[in-house]
Amino acid sequence: MSVESSRFDSITREELEQLQLERLQATVNRAYRSVTFYREAFDKAGIIPEDIDSLSKLSTLPFTSRETIIENYPYGMFAVPLREVVRLHCTTGPQGEPIVIGYTRNDIDHWTQISARVLQAAGVEKDDVVQICLDYGLFGEGLGFHYGAELIGASVIPGSDTDPKRQLLIMRDYRSTILLSTPSFALKLIAAVKESGISLASLQLRGGIFTGEPFSETTRLKIEEELKIKVINSYSPPEIPGPKIATECERKNGLHIFEDQFIPEIIDPQTGKVLPPGKEGELVITTIAKEAFPLIRYRTGDLTALDFSTCSCGRNLVRMRNVAERTDNMIIVNGVGFFPTQIGNILAKIEGAEPRFQLIIDREGTQDVMDIMVEVSESIFFDEMRRFHELKKRIEEQIYQILGINVRVKLVEKRSLFQEKSGKIVVDKRLK
Amino acid sequence: MLKIRNLRSFYGNLQALKGISLHIEAGEIVALIGANGAGKSTLLNSISGVISSKRGQILLDGKDITYFPPQRIVKEGISLVPEGRQLFSPLSVMDNLLLGAYQRFSIKKKTQIERDLERVFQIFPILKERRKQVAGTLSGGEQQMLAIARGLMSKPKILLLDEPSMGLAPKIVQDIFRIILRLRDEGTTIFLVEQNAQKALEIADRGYVIETGRIVFEGKSEELLGNREIVRAYLGRGYRKVWE
Repeated sequence: MSVESSRFDSITREELEQLQLERLQATVNRAYRSVTFYREAFDKAGIIPEDIDSLSKLSTLPFTSRETIIENYPYGMFAVPLREVVRLHCTTGPQGEPIVIGYTRNDIDHWTQISARVLQAAGVEKDDVVQICLDYGLFGEGLGFHYGAELIGASVIPGSDTDPKRQLLIMRDYRSTILLSTPSFALKLIAAVKESGISLASLQLRGGIFTGEPFSETTRLKIEEELKIKVINSYSPPEIPGPKIATECERKNGLHIFEDQFIPEIIDPQTGKVLPPGKEGELVITTIAKEAFPLIRYRTGDLTALDFSTCSCGRNLVRMRNVAERTDNMIIVNGVGFFPTQIGNILAKIEGAEPRFQLIIDREGTQDVMDIMVEVSESIFFDEMRRFHELKKRIEEQIYQILGINVRVKLVEKRSLFQEKSGKIVVDKRLK
Repeated sequence: MLKIRNLRSFYGNLQALKGISLHIEAGEIVALIGANGAGKSTLLNSISGVISSKRGQILLDGKDITYFPPQRIVKEGISLVPEGRQLFSPLSVMDNLLLGAYQRFSIKKKTQIERDLERVFQIFPILKERRKQVAGTLSGGEQQMLAIARGLMSKPKILLLDEPSMGLAPKIVQDIFRIILRLRDEGTTIFLVEQNAQKALEIADRGYVIETGRIVFEGKSEELLGNREIVRAYLGRGYRKVWE
């Protein structure tokens, strides 16, 4: 296998559309034949596979979403028998529901190809030493890039996402040139540099690829400045383990979607109508090369816009704007995604009824921090300090156990939150 | 070079192709594989104009040839080597070859046709030896070679081959496939329909898998060979459970 980027990156729109149509039709035919969910959904919508005779007909197909995947857990949306699945990756939905996605041999090869294309867009070559500080476990983000970097022929260090100090030593001693991590892990590395007194001049690092969390341009600039590297962003829907869907190129002017593998649409999240190019809306993705787990019109929940103009890097692939907002308020703190409703549920269990609460997220140094303001009855402030502290601690512990994030709980008096009309449940100060 | 969009073909009321889209680039060998009755020959016959009851779009170098009659399609540069050879058995090898050049035959082009004959004889020396023999008396392998040679006599840009290995001994099949590779290397684009999926994908650059009139897979040959479901499609066993 060799890297195929040149074959698709500069493909003409006409050639691409022919390829997309062929692959879309094959995907729809397979999904209809092999996945009960799709057959029923198409039948209900009164659609047969032959109706998809142009790319624009894609918009007549029903949507899928995180909920669809959860409802059909575990194997309801698999399009091949298990013996053809060579790998399973999993993650969780908003209430902790399990999600599992399977991959055939070819799916893994495609994933590897895409990872290699992301790495090449970041300028990775076979002489590079690539340190992958990403999860190698169930979600498998690290594994995907690992294969891609090996395909390019680079030297790969499977660092995983733990112990920044140790990663820093590895980076210095093994002369890593490329870092793959979440932006928050990169910030931890910066802190480790400062703490350990290792001089930046002793590092060979020249580039980075970020994934896993949205981040602001300020954060990017800070990391680029502090580590003296160039950083590009990559994107895939947060709850779908597997290949990246898009990558920035060296121009950092939007993320090129791998259109030979995915067809993007932008819809109005309220009406579900497809919006014209350039308009902001929810990103909807259809996989056209996946065998084990085809996703047709998957609503990502991410808000973005598409730009079909040719990029100055020469790639013809459409670009999507960096995702800064979601339709469903999913929040990502230090790489962990969750929903405000989950916090509400935890509080309701502890208190008996769901209290009013507010989440305030900020970045302190290298870490995301989240304060939860919870309204409690006045009496507790006067009655017992001990009960007051116990309650605070219990909430913090519960949230850590269930969501795996550290938070600071502040108990406040009833009716003290949302005094201004513009008050939001989530105040995210990181993106400012 | 060849682009097909949503091709639907009919035998009376029966729809045999249900919206086929595919493309073939110049210089490629593209294989179409599938079980008996999946629509492989129907697709070739639709491209070559033998089946006229169809809808959709067939573009050759951007030119819409969907509704051209067969002789016009041959002129445009598509030549079909039909399943079961379909030679003119009572005629000589030579006459069969000349009939392959029928649509461009004229006194002026005589020398050109002679040159093409020479080329064909170079590829198939056995046909030169037997040029006076009656086609029906050739062996199966020789007949297949003659069928391909006849197809080449119209100087096609794309050669459509329908089951060229059918009914032949393994050694002859090897020879035929070697010749297909050589033709491609000498500049003819090949669209190969085969039940022998393994063999076809070994020499093809890309492939499509057809199932009951629909394309269900598209990809590079090694991708298709790595997919066990393809083997199943070829064997025609359709139904299975996820727990299998």
